[in-house]
Amino acid sequence: MNPKRTRSAPQKAQRDQTEADAWTLRLYVAGQTPKSITAFINLKKICEEHLAGRYQIEVIDLLENPQLARGDQILAIPTLVRKLPVPVRKIIGDLSNTERVLIGLDLLPRT
Amino acid sequence: MATQRTQLPKSPTGILGLDEITGGGLPKGRPTLICGSAGCGKTLLAMEFLVRGAIQFNEPGVFMAFEETVEELTQNVASLGFDLNDLAKHKKIALDFVYIERSEIEETGEYDLEGLFIRLGHAIDSTHAKRVVLDTIESIFSGLPNPLILRSELRRLFRWLKEKGVTAIITGERGDETLTRQGLEEYVSDCVIVLDHRVTAQASTRRLRIVKYRGSMHGTNEYPFLIDESGISILPVSSLGLEHTTSSERISSGIPRLDAMMGGVGYYRGSSILISGTAGTGKSSFAAHFVDAACRRGERVLYFAFEESANQIMRNMCSIGIDLHPWMQSDLLYIQATRPAFTGLEMHLTMMHKAITVFKPHVVIVDPLNSFVVADNETDVKAMLMRLVDFLKMQQITGLFTSLTAGGDAFEQTDVAISSLIDTWILLRDIELGGERNRGLYVLKSRGMAHSNQIREFLLTNHGVELRDVYVGPSGVLTGSARLAQEAQEQAAQVMRQQEADRKRLELQRKQAQLEAQIAAMRAEFAEQEADLLQNIEQERVRESLLMQEREEMAQSRKADAETNQHKAGMA
Repeated sequence: MNPKRTRSAPQKAQRDQTEADAWTLRLYVAGQTPKSITAFINLKKICEEHLAGRYQIEVIDLLENPQLARGDQILAIPTLVRKLPVPVRKIIGDLSNTERVLIGLDLLPRT
Repeated sequence: MATQRTQLPKSPTGILGLDEITGGGLPKGRPTLICGSAGCGKTLLAMEFLVRGAIQFNEPGVFMAFEETVEELTQNVASLGFDLNDLAKHKKIALDFVYIERSEIEETGEYDLEGLFIRLGHAIDSTHAKRVVLDTIESIFSGLPNPLILRSELRRLFRWLKEKGVTAIITGERGDETLTRQGLEEYVSDCVIVLDHRVTAQASTRRLRIVKYRGSMHGTNEYPFLIDESGISILPVSSLGLEHTTSSERISSGIPRLDAMMGGVGYYRGSSILISGTAGTGKSSFAAHFVDAACRRGERVLYFAFEESANQIMRNMCSIGIDLHPWMQSDLLYIQATRPAFTGLEMHLTMMHKAITVFKPHVVIVDPLNSFVVADNETDVKAMLMRLVDFLKMQQITGLFTSLTAGGDAFEQTDVAISSLIDTWILLRDIELGGERNRGLYVLKSRGMAHSNQIREFLLTNHGVELRDVYVGPSGVLTGSARLAQEAQEQAAQVMRQQEADRKRLELQRKQAQLEAQIAAMRAEFAEQEADLLQNIEQERVRESLLMQEREEMAQSRKADAETNQHKAGMA
C-alpha cells in the first residue's frame, strides 16, 4: 500500500540523512474499528505530507495475531510504533491530533 | 419450602489460614482487590494464589505484571520454592510483563485498552486459565494519559474478567484517603482485602484484613501474617468462642511439694499457667521442672525462649540439677530461642503458631512472656496472649508462661491485664526480711482446684526447687536466716521446756521423798509413842496384876480371916 524504498547502504557521513531516510512504522489495531480506520487514514496523510517516499507502514491486527501484542508492549489501541529510526517511539490514539503525532515522531521539536 | 442456603462458590487459595478466614477462598469467577502499601506482600499473596491454584487445585493462571519483569518475578518467588519457569513450560502459568514508559508514549487522540484485553485474553486462552492476577494495574495511570479513558476501560476490564469467569486478583497501592490510589475499590466491589505493614517500636508486623466480601461471611479482624520460606501463613485465631474441651487430667508441676499445694496432683492438662515474679526469683527454674516432668511422662515440649539461648538454659538448669540434654536428644524437647526485638508481636505469635502446628507439643513454655512489652504495647501483648492461650486450649496444650514483674509493690497489678486468661497463677516473690532477700511463692489462683493459701519459702538447691516449711512471724512469713533463727529459737524453747519439765519432775520427786521422809518420821514417832504407850499399858497391866497378886497374897496371908469369915458364915 505504500511506496517501499530499499535503503541504500548507509554511509558514515550520511548518517543523519539515512536515519531520517528509512522510516518503519507499525500500526497496531484490533479489527476494523472506527478508531483504527481513522488512525490509519490520519497516519497515511501525515506520512505523505512529511515523509513522502521514505516510509513504510505495517498494520498489525491483534485480533488475528494476539501474540504480537507482547513484543511491542501494546496496551492501547490504536498504537503507532516508530521502529525506525531509533529510538522507538509510541504514539497512541487515533492520531487525530496531527501536531502531537509530529512531536511524537520527532518531526517537530518538543516544546 | 425448605430453603437451602447456597454458598457463594469459592476458589480456594491454598494459603495457610486465608481460606479459614474467607470461609473457603476468594469469590470464584470474580475479581478480588488486594491493596496495601509498598512491601506489604501483595504480589506474593497474589503469586501464591496463582501457583497454589496451578499446583494444588489444577487451575492454571495468568500473571500480568506491571511492575516487575518476568525474570525478576521468577527470581523473587524462587526463594519460596516456586519454579515459575517449570510451571510456564507446562502451560500451568502464563507470565506477562507489561511495560509502560510514559516518556515514550505520545497521546494523539482517542484510544482504548483493547491491546491489554487481547494480551490477557490470549494468555488466558492459551493456558485455559481459571485464575488471573493483575499486579499492579494502577500503574497504567502513571504510564498512560487521559485517566477518564483509563477508568472506563478498567470498568470494562473487570466486567470482561467476570464474563470470562476467571477468579482474578487485582492489586493496588494504598492511597492517602482511599484504599487504592485510583479508587479501584469502586470497580472491584466483590471482595477487598487490605494488607498492612506496620512498624511499632521498631518492630514490623504484617496484617491482613478483609474489608469486604460480598455475599459471604468472613472474619473481620486484622489477622497477622507471616512471610517465610514456605510462603504466606495467616494466623486465623482471634476472638474464638469459649468452646474448648477441658480435661480433668492433672499433671505434675515437677515439684512434689508444689503439687501438694495444689491438691497434691499439680496442674490441669490443657490449662494455662502463669509464673510471675521479679527478677531472679526462679521462674525459669519452675518452668524447667515442668519441662522435665513432662518429658519424663514422654510428652513433647516446645520451649520458646526470649531471653536465653538454648545452650544457656540447659547449662543453667544443670546447675540446679535438671538435665534437659537427654530430652533434647530424644526430640521430646525443642527450644526455640528468638530475640523479642527480632520481629513484631504478631510475627512472634505467627511464628509460634506455626512452630506449634509443626512440632505438635503437649506442653508449651513461653519464657518470659513480657519481654515483648516495650513501651505501651501492653494491650497488644494481652491480645497476643489471648490468641495464644485460645489456640493452646483448642489444641489441649498445657501452656506455661513466665512473666517478669517490675520490682516494688505492683506485683499483681502489672499482670492483671492477662490474669483473666490464666488458670493457675503462681507468684514468686522476693521477701525482704532482716537484711536479706529470700524467695517465696504462693498460689495466687488456681481455677477448679483446692489450693494452699500459704506463702511458702523455697530454695534453689543443686537438686532443684525445694519448698520449705512455713514459719510465720509477727511480720509475716519468715524466710532465710530469720527462718533459721526462728527454727533455732523454737529449738531452744523446746529445750527449755524440756528442762523445765525435767526440773519439775525432779522437784516432784524431791517433794515425794520429803513427804515420805516426813511420813517415815511421823511413823517413827508414832511407833515410839506407840511403844511408850504400849509399855505404859503393859506396866499398868503388870502393876495391876501385881496389885491383884499382892492382894491375893494378902488374902492368902489373911487366910484365917477368910476362913473365919467362911466359918462364921458356916456357923451361922
